Amino acid sequence: MLIRPKEGILDPQGKAVERALPALGFEGIEQVHVGRMVELEAEDPERLGELCEKLLANPLIEDYEIQTL
Amino acid sequence: MIWAVLHFPGSCDERDALHACEAHGDGAQLIWHESRDLDGVDGVVVPGGFSYGDYLRAGAIARFSPAMEAVAEAAAGGAPVLGICNGFQVLCEAGLLPGALLRNVELRFRCHQVDLVDERDGALLSIPAKHGEGRYYAPEAMLDDLEANGQIAYRYAEGHNSNGSARDIAGVTNERGNVLGLMPHPEHAVDPLTGSTDGLRVFDRLAQAVA
Repeated sequence: MLIRPKEGILDPQGKAVERALPALGFEGIEQVHVGRMVELEAEDPERLGELCEKLLANPLIEDYEIQTL
Repeated sequence: MIWAVLHFPGSCDERDALHACEAHGDGAQLIWHESRDLDGVDGVVVPGGFSYGDYLRAGAIARFSPAMEAVAEAAAGGAPVLGICNGFQVLCEAGLLPGALLRNVELRFRCHQVDLVDERDGALLSIPAKHGEGRYYAPEAMLDDLEANGQIAYRYAEGHNSNGSARDIAGVTNERGNVLGLMPHPEHAVDPLTGSTDGLRVFDRLAQAVA
């Protein structure tokens, strides 16, 4: 599951990373956002959306995406 | 009024909350997070700290504790519930209060005395604040509704909003008014020894709201 701040919500963590990049010689990088990734093994992948809605993400402030491998 | 103060692994302000409840009401007791027993209790404080290590998101795991199930029931029945700092985060995660608390805008943990404005009468309260994730957020339409419904309890006075909270919001209530959450710590401001007793007025406010 990839969980990221919703578009339009100020993401100071992403901004801090973005501001640090020019000092390291990385130019031309914008719109940095920091989220998190949750890896798990599930017997019933059907319920992962519910799991994200109820616990892993806060739908008010975060979007999530489920990738099945 | 008899208060219960919840105690999660990682809580750290439960002792001061207990002391404040004793100063305000007729007694208080600590309730361990695994207990659902709120018998004989009139109101509940969800205290500050770092419940369950604040893993995932602040307050996200505490909301699933047995004690919080009991708090949700008590709140639905009209009992006063006060969430302070991490407690505010827990109540938002539990859906008992609107909105969410995000990382402070400057990413720093801030610890200082703040002035709050009581939105009912404009009174100023001087209360300590200490948090890293206190930036109140709600979508614009929800903020408009909160203003229209009188659910904004406290705002940071001009120059005191150091976490970047939307519309300077420091504390909100639910629609009914019996659940109140705020980031600053009224339980640390109940004794002249520590510089202010304004915190007791927050407890008073909640007691009046359910009287």
